[in-house]
Amino acid sequence: MMTKGKSKTPLKLGLLLLLCPLLLWLVLLVILPQLTMLNISLQERVAPRIYEYGFSNYIEFFTEPLYWNTFLRTAVMSIIATVLTLIIAFPISYYIAKMLRGRAKGLLLVLCLIPFWVSELVRTYGWMILLRESGVVSSFLQYIGMTEGPIEFLYTDATIMLGLVYSSMLFMVVPLTSTLESLDDSYIEAGYDLGGNGLSVFWQIIVPHAKPAIISGCIVVFMLTLGNYLTPILLGGKSSLWFTEQIFTQFITRFNWQQGSAFGVLLLSISSLIVWLGLKLSRQSFSKVMS
Amino acid sequence: MIPSIPQSTLFKSSFRLYAFIFFAFLMAPLVVVAVFAFNDSMFPSLPWHGFTWDWFFSDSEPKLGLFHDPQLYQSIATSFLVATCTTVLAVALAVNNAFLFERSTFRGKSILYMLMLLPLVIPGVILGVSILIMSSSIANYFDDVWAIDIELLRPGLTLVVIGQFAFITTICTLIVAARLRNFDLSLEEAALNLGASKLQAIRTITIPYLLPAIIGAAVISFLMSFENFNTTLMLVGSDSPLTITLYDRLREGATPVINVVSLLLMLASVVLALGNYFLTGRKSTAE
Repeated sequence: MMTKGKSKTPLKLGLLLLLCPLLLWLVLLVILPQLTMLNISLQERVAPRIYEYGFSNYIEFFTEPLYWNTFLRTAVMSIIATVLTLIIAFPISYYIAKMLRGRAKGLLLVLCLIPFWVSELVRTYGWMILLRESGVVSSFLQYIGMTEGPIEFLYTDATIMLGLVYSSMLFMVVPLTSTLESLDDSYIEAGYDLGGNGLSVFWQIIVPHAKPAIISGCIVVFMLTLGNYLTPILLGGKSSLWFTEQIFTQFITRFNWQQGSAFGVLLLSISSLIVWLGLKLSRQSFSKVMS
Repeated sequence: MIPSIPQSTLFKSSFRLYAFIFFAFLMAPLVVVAVFAFNDSMFPSLPWHGFTWDWFFSDSEPKLGLFHDPQLYQSIATSFLVATCTTVLAVALAVNNAFLFERSTFRGKSILYMLMLLPLVIPGVILGVSILIMSSSIANYFDDVWAIDIELLRPGLTLVVIGQFAFITTICTLIVAARLRNFDLSLEEAALNLGASKLQAIRTITIPYLLPAIIGAAVISFLMSFENFNTTLMLVGSDSPLTITLYDRLREGATPVINVVSLLLMLASVVLALGNYFLTGRKSTAE
């Protein structure tokens, strides 16, 4: 048997060699950038090219209604999108996991994965073709005589919501399906044998079993929605008011990196807070949910 | 609700109807993108003006086809370059990380593992922006103190590769580590008993075993890099990868040539991903 203690020095050297690339990547590309962002966000301009430490960028966020309204709106819409995704995805996952057998099951699961492999840009573009004033849905409604003139479906909150739910679907369907598959059919049968009906079996057997997947699915969907940029911009247009857009504006358009960094730190904090809360509520470990 | 419990036909057929509507919803945007690539019109919208290949092959304005549109095909080449660099870096580090997390024991391993997962929680826009800030800070420092301008640290393809490398590595590590976890250590020991050195054993036994996961990770990494938008947008310089070019075109007002690019992109990614899915088993791809 090879034991770890047998050849101490070469193993230590080997460990160091494996550790170095990881640490370099982690520190230089993940941790330091975030700390730099935090550092910059705490600097306020006192004179041209002269900065001092202070909280003015954060104070600016709380005193300017546009900023915190956008922030709140992004958070609320992300929560609604997460709930909608869960409600739409659950029956599909159940259908794939429990009502289908053999070939059809694998096929439908692959069908769910396909849109995810396609670039987000292409998917959103598809929705634009469908929903714009001269788009397919509008033309179809005119053709069947539902409306007189063309209708613009783009640039409303409902459209943004549609796009968000669409691009999050996979992250809910996949964990739900695999968890529901692991639910033994005999539990459901037992539920019925003991006098339960469809509703009570659903709430007392299926939902408790799926709870870990529901929570991890919701965490991932919420995170991705909050950080989404393309969908709100392209489907919502000028009225989208999404927080990542504010960050982009501060950095690239206004070149106010201090303010932009403060926004970045805020977004990252709320995102981490939600993940942490979700994990606490479900008593799951971060490593397990993420992999 | 399961086949062994009798259910009314109404219940079953309503489930089937729901599934049908759901998959129609899932496929609708992809189908229209594909269909309008062949519309003989200046706009990707109805009415239908007849079938054409012009948006692929036409060499004259106003219907300049993809293969004669230098801006588009150059950005495809740029994306290829970026994706290749990112993949090589990410997969190499992923194999290294897999050995570190699955084979060694050291203090603080679980903390390090958590930190390694961190890029999954950081939104792409933030990741891009934070790398931009840091590299610019370093570049400004060198510029101010030694008057050296380090072009590499300014927005451009190098930074795009770095930004994508930062989060794709995590995903690749998860894929490779999952396979290494299931490796039977006695195989390696047998090689050692037969006189192989540790490195020889790893090269001839372990790496071939890991190969499906390595290929899987490379495919996923290539696709993710090719299709990345959020992180790329923040770090891009004058050479734009495909997604950035497409985005600019979309905002100017799209012509069906965008559909052609999208269609090819869809076909390529679905073929790659499906191939990977069926070759390496579903487990590693679904993560």
